[in-house]
Amino acid sequence: MSTTPLIVARGLVKRFGSFTAVDGIDVEVHRGESFGFLGPNGAGKSSTMRMIGCVSPRTDGELRIFDMDPATQGKQIRARIGVVPQADQLDEQLTVQDNLMLYGRYFDLPRAECRRRAAELLEFVQLTDRATSKIEPLSGGMKRRVTIARSLVNEPELLLLDEPTTGLDPQARHVLWDRLYRLKQRGVTLVLTTHYMDEAEQLCDRLVVMDGGRIVAEGSPRSLIEQHSTREVLELRYPAGTNEERAPDVAGIGDRSEVLPDRVLIYAHDGEAALAEVHARGSRPESALVRRSSLEDVFLRLTGRSLVD
Amino acid sequence: MSTPAPIRVWESHFRLYRTIWRSNVMGAFVQPFLYLLGMGLGVGALVDRGSGSAELLDGLTYFQFLAPALIATSAMMVTSAEAMWPVLGGFKWQSGYHAAAATPLSPGEIATGVGLWHATKALIAGSGVAVALVFFDGTRSPGLPLAVLFGGLTGVAFSSAITAWTATRDEDRSFPTINRFVITPLFLFGGAFYPIDQLPEWLQWVAKATPLWHGVELTRNAVNEQLEWDSTAVHVGYLSLFVVLGWLSARRSFAKRLGR
Amino acid sequence: MMTLAELPLRILPPAVLAARRPHRMLERQWIVNRRGGWMIVLTGFFEPLFYLLSIRIGFGGLVGDVTDGGRTMPYAEFVAPALFASSAMNGSIYEATNIFFKLKYEKTYDAVLATPMTSGDVALGEMLYATFRGALYSVAFLITMWALGMTASIWAIAMLPVAMLVSFAFSAVAIAGTTYMRTWADFEYVPSLMLPMFLFSATFYPLSSYGDWQWVVQLSPLYHGVAVVRGLNQGEWAWSYLAHVSVLVAMALWGLSVTARRIDHLLLK
Ligand SMILES: Nc1ncnc2c1ncn2[C@@H]1O[C@H](COP(=O)(O)OP(=O)(O)O)[C@@H](O)[C@H]1O
Ligand SMILES: [Mg+2]
Repeated sequence: MSTTPLIVARGLVKRFGSFTAVDGIDVEVHRGESFGFLGPNGAGKSSTMRMIGCVSPRTDGELRIFDMDPATQGKQIRARIGVVPQADQLDEQLTVQDNLMLYGRYFDLPRAECRRRAAELLEFVQLTDRATSKIEPLSGGMKRRVTIARSLVNEPELLLLDEPTTGLDPQARHVLWDRLYRLKQRGVTLVLTTHYMDEAEQLCDRLVVMDGGRIVAEGSPRSLIEQHSTREVLELRYPAGTNEERAPDVAGIGDRSEVLPDRVLIYAHDGEAALAEVHARGSRPESALVRRSSLEDVFLRLTGRSLVD
Repeated sequence: MSTPAPIRVWESHFRLYRTIWRSNVMGAFVQPFLYLLGMGLGVGALVDRGSGSAELLDGLTYFQFLAPALIATSAMMVTSAEAMWPVLGGFKWQSGYHAAAATPLSPGEIATGVGLWHATKALIAGSGVAVALVFFDGTRSPGLPLAVLFGGLTGVAFSSAITAWTATRDEDRSFPTINRFVITPLFLFGGAFYPIDQLPEWLQWVAKATPLWHGVELTRNAVNEQLEWDSTAVHVGYLSLFVVLGWLSARRSFAKRLGR
Repeated sequence: MMTLAELPLRILPPAVLAARRPHRMLERQWIVNRRGGWMIVLTGFFEPLFYLLSIRIGFGGLVGDVTDGGRTMPYAEFVAPALFASSAMNGSIYEATNIFFKLKYEKTYDAVLATPMTSGDVALGEMLYATFRGALYSVAFLITMWALGMTASIWAIAMLPVAMLVSFAFSAVAIAGTTYMRTWADFEYVPSLMLPMFLFSATFYPLSSYGDWQWVVQLSPLYHGVAVVRGLNQGEWAWSYLAHVSVLVAMALWGLSVTARRIDHLLLK
């Protein structure tokens, strides 16, 4: 196994005019790894992914993919990666099958090989029965699967997925996760962005949390939670609009608390014990829920804001 | 009293149009103006110099012959295009009609509003030509406003029928075919560029069966102040028949498509 | 010293020079058209028929003969080659509006550029397709002209490559222009540009009728195409063709380089 990382970014910057979308990030992704960019809308995830995909020139900093420079060797790099862009960008004038076929041709694969891989990939994403359908009538989840199949046509070593499941219903998400998990098992290096913490927890070995173009934390999902949150969280809901007023009633319970517009969060090692104390103080929330800490809480801790607004 | 429903549909088109009216109105005037300079005057000089053309053109100069007919041809071109892609778009790409149908507007009222809009576009196109005609001595005529109205009628005769067709379509594939096999031939053989007695007899009958020839006759006679009661009544009646039949079938296809 | 062969290297941006797979865009169009799209191309054959017929039976009778450059010919023989060149121009410009749709709405090229394909491949490929399509029409047009007795010489066959050059040059410039368009409303101006070119390129009457204004006509790129095909139809060969052809080649190179740069600018942000 080679020791040079597949992706190395140092002080990577992307500016649009005077606006800085990516503000000097350092990232390393190794072969076989599954790496995530977690962050809210506008964090700079897509901008980063597009630079890695060699479809967006970097403004500043260093970026190397497969130890090559995207600015001069974009073609060679693109030949070895697969891309699932945030918007599917499927060719609406073509059928599902032709989308895959033609994409293979862009990589100079022989026609027969394209045909073989298209059939195989449609099988993989469970869309064989829609092979001759046009793109338009497909559901969002199906289009996403076609896009994933398309990204695999050139048997990429590195797969870039920009918000692979945003906008999909839970069932479609689980189908996709399953497929991505299989790819990971086959040794494909995955780099994905998401603003869903459950997705990051499911799919990523390691991730960075991005906010406002910067990286605010880095690690495995488990270590991030351990580092930045407590084991459990108690969620309290008071009558609408009174969360702010009620917060002082429960101040000091647990390690820390956050007041959100719709609920009060109490971070504690033992959620049930914290709830008992809330009740002991005579506070009567409309509902109370104890759950395990998630990356959402890590994000809230690091930025003071929710991930999904 | 509230605004009649079709007018509200018309208004929504008008509001969109306001974003592009400048370039559209410019085009409505500039293009015929150029046409008149190029074809009317230039080719006119070649024609009028030729032998026997005065007889063929009924004593008109070629310019006087061609120019008024452009009111009818422009109206046809503009409204037929308007009845294709934008109408399909209303069902499909922007889905504006579906949104409108979710309000108390009935499909028939929507169809009527769309028709009114097409009439407006035809009048704008015709007025553009009429303004251009004012710049030339041979066609500066009191009959111009009437000719614009005749142009409007011609335009709607086309657009109502095409709208009815478009409303039954899921794809735009047939549109280029309509342009190629209906609109372009009519433009070329409908009597705008040369008298249809130049055509073989069977083709003359085909030309006379289409709305464009009637529109061309009306606009030409109006501008050259040669209108006669009986022939005018026939032309107007024939065009109106197209409008009414087209409108009725457009209402039907809208009702079907919008599910009521 | 710069040799003539190096000239394009100086004019064209690297993206165009690095274009290795423009034919993939043709392949794409082939797949798209395979499913019914050819109907549009095939029915396009009727357009020249209608135009030429209306000239033959309608106009011809009104106008009679014309004299151009010392040669007297039937009006149909005079006008038909000009319409032939104009139709090559119109076809390419029509195709350019499709490019706008693909660029802005369908986002066809975004996905293409994520592969080893480059903006030069896309630009050159789309222009080649427009040219190929234009060539099909031109063949149909020429056959129709011949069938209606409007060709005057065997050299009329040489009008075909000229039509392809006209197609390529106009599609290059039109696609370049399309990349600057913001909305459909901008297309409202296109006919106002094309129409004068169509009307005032010595299309319908000889250059000499313009008197002192001939230089204006010579500014029209279409005129250069018309001048060559009209001469070839009469079986004439002249050195002046070289000048006319260079104008068209310059247009083609300029359009190609602008388009490739603009696609980079628009899509690779
Ligand atoms: N082409 C562009 N031009 C100008 N601003 C852009 C462009 N693309 C993205 N941005 C801005 O950069 C910021 C980061 O965007 P993006 O990378 O898409 O974030 P994310 O994918 O994390 O939601 C956003 O504020 C966005 O508006
Ligand atoms: Mg994004």
